[in-house]
Amino acid sequence: MPATNDTVWAAEDTTPAAIEAALRELLIERHSESDGYVPARVLNLICIVERQWRGEIANRLRRVGRYHASRTIVCAVSEGRRTIDAVAAVAADATPATGEHVLTHETVILDLGPGHLEHLESIVDPLVITDLTTLVWAPHGHWQAVDALRGISQCVLLDSAEDPDVAGALRRAQRLLAERYVVDLAWLRSTPWRERIATLFNQPKRRVLLGQIAQIRIRNVAESGASALLLCGWLTSRLGWPQGQLTRDGHGRAIGAMGEVGVMLESVPQDVPGLGGITIGFRDGSELSLDRGPGGLTARRRDGGGSERSWKLLGASRGEGGILGEGIRQSLLRDPTYRDALDAAAGMLT
Amino acid sequence: MTLTGIGPNPLAQGLERLPVAPTNLVIFGATGDLARRKLLPAIYNLAHEGALPGFFNLIGVSRGELTHEAYREIAAESIRRFSRTPPDESVLSGLLSELRYVSGGFGDAETYATLSTALEELGAAAGEPMSRVFYLSTAPEYFSVIVGALGAAGLAQSQEFDVRAIIEKPFGTSLAEARQLNAEVLSVFTESQVFRIDHYLGKETVQNMLAFRFANGMFEPLWNRNYIANVQITAAEDIGIESRAGYYDHAGALRDLVENHMMQLLTLLCMEPPVTFSADDVRDEKVKVLHAIRTPRSEEIDQISVRGQYGPGVSGGRPVVGYREEEGVPEDSHTETFAALRLLVDNWRWAGVPFYLRTGKRLARKITEIAVTLRPVPHLAFEQEGSLGVRPNQLVMAIQPNEGVSLSLGAKIPGPRMRIRPVNMEFLYGTAFLSQSPEAYERLILDAMRGEATLFTRNDEVEAQWRICDPIVSAWSGASAALPQYEAGSQGPAEAQALLLEGHQWRAI
Repeated sequence: MPATNDTVWAAEDTTPAAIEAALRELLIERHSESDGYVPARVLNLICIVERQWRGEIANRLRRVGRYHASRTIVCAVSEGRRTIDAVAAVAADATPATGEHVLTHETVILDLGPGHLEHLESIVDPLVITDLTTLVWAPHGHWQAVDALRGISQCVLLDSAEDPDVAGALRRAQRLLAERYVVDLAWLRSTPWRERIATLFNQPKRRVLLGQIAQIRIRNVAESGASALLLCGWLTSRLGWPQGQLTRDGHGRAIGAMGEVGVMLESVPQDVPGLGGITIGFRDGSELSLDRGPGGLTARRRDGGGSERSWKLLGASRGEGGILGEGIRQSLLRDPTYRDALDAAAGMLT
Repeated sequence: MTLTGIGPNPLAQGLERLPVAPTNLVIFGATGDLARRKLLPAIYNLAHEGALPGFFNLIGVSRGELTHEAYREIAAESIRRFSRTPPDESVLSGLLSELRYVSGGFGDAETYATLSTALEELGAAAGEPMSRVFYLSTAPEYFSVIVGALGAAGLAQSQEFDVRAIIEKPFGTSLAEARQLNAEVLSVFTESQVFRIDHYLGKETVQNMLAFRFANGMFEPLWNRNYIANVQITAAEDIGIESRAGYYDHAGALRDLVENHMMQLLTLLCMEPPVTFSADDVRDEKVKVLHAIRTPRSEEIDQISVRGQYGPGVSGGRPVVGYREEEGVPEDSHTETFAALRLLVDNWRWAGVPFYLRTGKRLARKITEIAVTLRPVPHLAFEQEGSLGVRPNQLVMAIQPNEGVSLSLGAKIPGPRMRIRPVNMEFLYGTAFLSQSPEAYERLILDAMRGEATLFTRNDEVEAQWRICDPIVSAWSGASAALPQYEAGSQGPAEAQALLLEGHQWRAI
């Protein structure tokens, strides 16, 4: 967080009640400095991280731009710890001028042990701001803690691409989605692609081609198989196709409006996570494709006779910091198509 | 293959950014201030966000002799300087690589022949039918000239693709002019093709007025003459006219802000709930409000309106000159830089509630807000002595610069006695949302490309607005009395107090 000034409190072997009281005092102290300081009240974010990697997570959170949570509670887990140490801070990006408002954000860092995770709710509950959406993020896989926070969180942030077991990652997302909303960064990496694909078929004369799809080839970096599968799941579920199947080598099939559709997921070298391209082939031999490039995606249309034309679909890359920020923003929205896409994607691997 | 029966795009469901048809956007007045400061940066930001269609071309039309390359440089420099997002050079060069410039007079047939050729070429290059959007950001005297020329050149209608015209404000300078312009525009385009811009409607806080009123059950029971004592709509600026003397001295405060932006705020505040949020359902309700506003009679103009002109004073700690000393302003100018009105909305909901509208240049600070003052409670059992006492509740919708809503309430002062003072319950946009509000022009340009007209002003709406303001404009233009002066940096002319009914007071600017 790009704070220019912080008000900080710290204590060792402390309790949630003491931390909560300290936060209240910090806010009063801030307000007494200037009534131009106003606390952001949008979202709670609870991060459960390995203590040794908490700096890396803090760096990632700094890069989310304007999408800071109002109150961030970092639970830094280290082996052998039995007591709770805490640091609480109220940070402002600037000093308010007369008549201006400056937002403040609160951060609480808890040092705790694995033994605290089973009942993490009882520690964190007093610290979250009531009535705001609470988002949980466990980038180092503390799923037990995520489950423990079931009662106080409405949304889970995860990245299916970070799990080498893609099928397992998608099943986990399904399980979590049964009880809370899930924001999957692997899904968000496919957003520009979904928007552009929808655009390619938006004109009625192009839309009729959706019924004539014969092949879908998706190109992705090896670590982003989940994004490719979710994109494929989105396409098949939006088109109302029955569940497809995919083998471990990334080849498979689905049943489209006019029969079998070949599905291929191909790994491509790329220096950023996510998707590299998609080609949709039609029964008359024509193809539409999108490929990542500087300044946006390059679209290509090749007709059955082989003639080809291409054009640019402009758009700036959000980068990984932008993706995490988008994940935080999306926790306050609801994408009605994610569940169907997830089910279709997971179903292709069973 | 028949396209009959093709349903909605199943891939568009759930997307935040809906697809837009391939579009050629033509900006008339392409080298003007509005185009450089607002339109080009807005278009860039749409490209940056990935909101533009795959086939999108921009053509600038203006009178100056420029090459395509020279105009590209002007556009790039404008975007780098005024864009709210730091430009990504790949996106910027992609956006501008095919940018074209057509040089010529707005009334010259040759200009439109060149434009037509460019549009044909770009359409052919795309291999797709491309919608055409003509954005008229010129001086208003060219609106009818351009519209007529577009019609004569056969560019206003097509069976193969959509053609739309975005027309900037001011839409006429009187009721007669607005009617004339509407007649000319609608002789070439159909109403569904015309998008009259009032950029206030593109502001998130203005759109939030609809959400605030119609997504919350708690306000509707109070939203009428039984509970509301008066409404004040203020659009104050702390700056002077800057470099706009040529425009402003002909327009004045009433035409510049009251006739359009402030009337729009009034309609959104007063309208009945629309059946749906479709363009025509919303605009039908707004027009009903305008029709219900009592047309000022010539003999009452002095009682319901006040104008003023700023003299020298101090603004932001610096001495500033008066209006007549501003560069480009005639020494004997009678143009008002301050306007205040008291209007009545004669319908069942609002009968008898005064609506005070106030706008001006070089006032104490920049603020646009709507303040709804509720009637006082009928009986007070509390001590008034030794405290600020109980004040009527006031709901303030702040449009800018601090975007939000606040409600003043009476609360007990801590201590042994039952003493009350007003406190504020505040909602600030910045504290409650993560997203940055897009520029109004981004939303409006995208809506126009999609053919979504809810946030644009309809022909009958414009004429109804002028019906209310026209008698005041006429009375003021014919008045020989000295124009009330106010000190720059102040609350406006003292004469504005006379507009207020008994017990009412202006909110401090």
